Amino acid sequence: MLIGGILVITRRNAVHSALALIAALLAQAGLYLMLYAPFVAGVQIILYAGGIMVLFLFVIMLVSIERTQRERQFNRQWLVGIVAAAALGGLFITVYTKGKGIFPDRALPPVEAQNTQNVGTLLYGQYMFAFEIASLLLLVAIIGAVVMAKKRI
Amino acid sequence: MLHISTLHYLVLGGALFLLGVIGVLTRRNVVIVLMSIELILNAVNLNLVAFSRLWGGLHGQVFAIFVITDAAAEAAVGLGILIAFFRNKETINVDEVNLLKW
Repeated sequence: MLIGGILVITRRNAVHSALALIAALLAQAGLYLMLYAPFVAGVQIILYAGGIMVLFLFVIMLVSIERTQRERQFNRQWLVGIVAAAALGGLFITVYTKGKGIFPDRALPPVEAQNTQNVGTLLYGQYMFAFEIASLLLLVAIIGAVVMAKKRI
Repeated sequence: MLHISTLHYLVLGGALFLLGVIGVLTRRNVVIVLMSIELILNAVNLNLVAFSRLWGGLHGQVFAIFVITDAAAEAAVGLGILIAFFRNKETINVDEVNLLKW
């Protein structure tokens, strides 16, 4: 999965990046299965690897990739960017080493038998309002994307 | 065989987040910047699901589904903006996007 992530940000050809990203997403779906979250794994494969990546590949084909391959791949602030990312990485390492007690390595709770059913109950029960807001957000995104991509309104 | 604890998942999520940040900050191609944002969101999702497994609830998984929904919306709008921009300026490099620059 990390190899896929590294390939995403280093490839010259955007299509190769997209294929590496698909590999990383599928690996992450496997990790969800290891964490006993089969519903999230299914959503990950269908939505991410299926839907969003097809969208990305469409756009890569629409914009010209031959010309951008010959140009510079990294911008002028790349050194500053690397330094900022290294600072963030130092912060992460500090948190992970100092805060080992916060993440207890205890015996994991038993797995429930009906993961999908319980997720659905929670989604339509306790998180009903957030669910409706998410649907509204998707509607706004659809309208926004159509308006943006249309030639003249 | 090595026991895989929650901390391993958190470290993997942190590394993935860092890769995404490096991609966002250094690449010129807008499509690859958007893909790096997807990497960042996936790192957050991995942390959410790992914590949900640690504490035994399902709330983390529900939140991961909400994050996936947001990622889909963000990708659609971002790629729409990208197509509109490419039609106007015939380029997809971030550092040539200077219409709003003072």
